Amino acid sequence: MMNNSNLSKDRFLKMVDKASPNSHIFTNCLKAFVVGGLICVFGQLLSVWYLSLTGDKDMAGTLTSVSIILIAALITGIGKFDNLAKFAGAGAVVPISGFANSVAAPAVEFKKEGFIFGVGAKMFVIAGPVLVYGLAASVLTGIIYYFAKL
Amino acid sequence: MDYLKAFVIGGLICVAGQILIDKTKLTPGRILVAFVVAGCVFSGLGWYGKLVDFAGAGATVPLPGFGHNLVKGVIREIDEAGPIGILTGGLKAAAAGVTAAVLFGLLTAVFFNPKEKG
Repeated sequence: MMNNSNLSKDRFLKMVDKASPNSHIFTNCLKAFVVGGLICVFGQLLSVWYLSLTGDKDMAGTLTSVSIILIAALITGIGKFDNLAKFAGAGAVVPISGFANSVAAPAVEFKKEGFIFGVGAKMFVIAGPVLVYGLAASVLTGIIYYFAKL
Repeated sequence: MDYLKAFVIGGLICVAGQILIDKTKLTPGRILVAFVVAGCVFSGLGWYGKLVDFAGAGATVPLPGFGHNLVKGVIREIDEAGPIGILTGGLKAAAAGVTAAVLFGLLTAVFFNPKEKG
């Protein structure tokens, strides 16, 4: 009996050991899922509301993006975005809120280097590469589409 | 139901990003670039448009949606204006988002100061 319980305790500890690094990732993923999902639900709410106001689906999508960008920039300004990103990881970074934060955060941080080469240049530290490779990929896709259509 | 779809698909795209952060040590900045480029590729293959039809904001709010938006704009401009659309379509479609991010970034720097590190 005693042997048995020792054995199971041993086995249990081994299982905990084995699971720990993964459960850490699992917790991170769960937080990212819930926060990221909620930001998208908020976006869905906004887009339904904008669609009812404008009657234009593209316009509703654009206004939704702009709204989330504005809110994320404000949260960055009051210094709370880092807390959200620390908690939710990719859940805060992967939605368009992360793009807005990647512009606003260095803009504020490098204010001391001046508005031209501090704010103006450093705000593109991440947004720059995103635009360079996003645009390049979209142009390449466009070229393929154009010739496939001929 | 639309809200549930947006929650699940949007959440899952973020989980993909989280797994990349935890398993590969890719920095969040690189993940932003990778997700936008991935959005362009999946959009070009015609997959991302279907995901948007299914999940709404669950697909458009995460960053691959930004890539999809670029490609959607390029394709629309090619159809309407010819090959010049390859160069004009992307930024035309993304104009509001890019300008908003830059403008609000600038205003944030005007009105707020860096938090004291302590």
